Amino acid sequence: MIMNKILLIIQREYLSRVKKKSFLVLTLLVPVLFVGMIGLVGYLAVNQDAMSDKKSVLVVDESGWFAGKMTNSSSVSFTFSTDDYSAARDKFKTSDDDYLLHIPAPLSGLQLLGKKKASALTSQVISEKINAIAQQHRLADAHIDSAVVANAQKSLHLEEKQITESGEKDTHAAVTLILGILFAMIIYMCLLIYGVQVMRGVIEEKVSRIIEVVISSVKPFELMMGKIIGVGLVGLTQFVLWIALSVGLSFVGGPILAKKLGGNPQKAQTEQVVKMHPNSAQAAAAPKDDNEMAEVMRSLGNVNLVYTLGCFLFYFLMGYFLYSALFAAVGSAVDNETETQQFVFPVTFPLIFTFMMAQSVIAVNPDSTLSVWLSMIPFTSPIAMMIRLQFGVPTWQLVTSMALLVAGFVVTVWAAGRIYRVGILMYGKKASYKELVKWFLYKG
Amino acid sequence: MISIRNIVKQYDGKRALDDVSMDIEKGKVFGLLGPNGAGKTSLIRIINQITAPDSGEITVDGQKLSQVHIEKIGYLPEERGLYKKMEIGEQVIYLARLKGLSQTEAKERAIYWFKKLEIQGWWNKKIEELSKGMQQKAQFVATVIHNPDLLILDEPFSGFDPVNAELIKNEILELNAKGVTVIFSTHRMESVEELCDSIVLINKSKKILDGKVKDIRSRYRNQTYLLEYEGISLQNSLNAPFEILSETEMDGLHKMKFHLGRDHQVNDVLEYILPKVAICKLEEIVPSMNEIFIETVNKAN
Repeated sequence: MIMNKILLIIQREYLSRVKKKSFLVLTLLVPVLFVGMIGLVGYLAVNQDAMSDKKSVLVVDESGWFAGKMTNSSSVSFTFSTDDYSAARDKFKTSDDDYLLHIPAPLSGLQLLGKKKASALTSQVISEKINAIAQQHRLADAHIDSAVVANAQKSLHLEEKQITESGEKDTHAAVTLILGILFAMIIYMCLLIYGVQVMRGVIEEKVSRIIEVVISSVKPFELMMGKIIGVGLVGLTQFVLWIALSVGLSFVGGPILAKKLGGNPQKAQTEQVVKMHPNSAQAAAAPKDDNEMAEVMRSLGNVNLVYTLGCFLFYFLMGYFLYSALFAAVGSAVDNETETQQFVFPVTFPLIFTFMMAQSVIAVNPDSTLSVWLSMIPFTSPIAMMIRLQFGVPTWQLVTSMALLVAGFVVTVWAAGRIYRVGILMYGKKASYKELVKWFLYKG
Repeated sequence: MISIRNIVKQYDGKRALDDVSMDIEKGKVFGLLGPNGAGKTSLIRIINQITAPDSGEITVDGQKLSQVHIEKIGYLPEERGLYKKMEIGEQVIYLARLKGLSQTEAKERAIYWFKKLEIQGWWNKKIEELSKGMQQKAQFVATVIHNPDLLILDEPFSGFDPVNAELIKNEILELNAKGVTVIFSTHRMESVEELCDSIVLINKSKKILDGKVKDIRSRYRNQTYLLEYEGISLQNSLNAPFEILSETEMDGLHKMKFHLGRDHQVNDVLEYILPKVAICKLEEIVPSMNEIFIETVNKAN
């Protein structure tokens, strides 16, 4: 009987949201934008030459080391001047060339003159080229075989493996890091988005005064739980649709893009990763050759999908229940949305804090005391544990964290329910924290 | 039918209901009266099991009030409200199903009531697109759709124009005639006299008056009469069996309010004045519920 009524409430909360136009728009738009963005970035990465403006450089080489050796690249082309420097300089002023590179006879005081300031990329490309050529020239002067030097300079590759009971597994620190942050971000965003939806729903019922009619038929706690579950299901639906649509779109769009690019898609992807993270910490992750790419793929393949997704689902749902109950209590305590701020910040603070800690502490040092504590406290564990999980967590810690989260969920829902049942009937009373405690203590 | 015993409810150390008891008879219309903030809504919420009393007990047909009674109660709160973005037909069905009706049953009855109140054309409209009167009708349907045995109506006529107020009043009386008990909370005293069999007056969280409307009104009679007559003024009569309270005269018609003298009957008055004046009208002045309400509340304050 009571279950029937909760089901009825869940059904209404779910359908009234799913039927909205905004739900449809958001559900369709996000995958399109997501896949479109990836496609665009990939396209730009591969067709960078087409996009970028080619600079022409007039070279006055007094040393004679460089003639014929400066190869043109996608962004810079070189022409050698036969004039001496001052004549070339005069000509440069009226020519179409963008830059004038002056290489004096003893190799010092090299200058790049430009009509405009040279971009970082241009000067980097030029400087790399002349350095490489100068190095070879010097080696040749010293009668050292450049092949020997190249061989000596070859960097060693460090392969990462994790010893587990089932044998050695390929891991990749960067992949682990990115996966962890990704999961943390999804949980963080979803808890906020759907939590706020629950809060809005509660305020709507309160403002429209339907609440009194509804709770003369069902208990406030049933209404609250029905709303929380209903909105949660909307979230899950949206998730599933997003994933399905994204995968579908990439299957359809991927080959088209690959054909257009005329190269193999994997290569394009590799380049894109390189271009996307210049100089950042993640640059370490940028696979530099096909060998490393294969390693990334192997490492991804080694992520235990059932285990990870199972944990994700658990932490997502429990975290959502916990936070949405708090949001429901906040919604019940106020008369309109503008009043929510004083309560919303304290509620979201643990989430924001953990998310900030996620990148700087937890992902860098997953087994530090702070990380472990954050992955135990119910308010922070959904985010913290999802990151730690990628690096491997002892079973006892995982079980403790889950048990604490369930306990935290039960206590929070109970406490929120007690505030909610009083709050929804209070109008025109400015709720303070003292007031909330009073409501919590009310009998019956 | 409903017996309310020694209900106490406290909020923030302030008593909303202080040892309130009353009995509500089956099949009658019961008026729950009182000034704003007297505790009416608190009591209604307790009967609806929205809140629980701190102490005291309510029984329905000798059975302790519990969850099973929820489906037998129809409640129209003073502050009306429905989901703004939901179509009214769907909404009424939803509320009916929360009261335990099946989908088909709920739909059937919703259609019946929508036709009866002439709002069937608005079935697919959202609440925000409807006029206030239309919303109120939909809300009334949601209140009665599950055939409750007990209707709790808090200011049911507010928001209705006189035509629709009459329509709703007749619906209430029709339901009452079929045996539905009605608890009726209002400030409009003329509708109390018209509708209610008995009343309770609550002031400052305490019950200060209760009983049948007829009994209360006769209890408040104080032997005051109105006499209309033509002829010479009775003002200076000697040894009259009454005390004149006021007298006015217009176009030869005198209107006199008087109080019966000690140990005298109305017949004595008639006997005394018959030879003196031509009597047009003699009636007892029975205080209206409105006057009783104001007088009792003021006295209590």
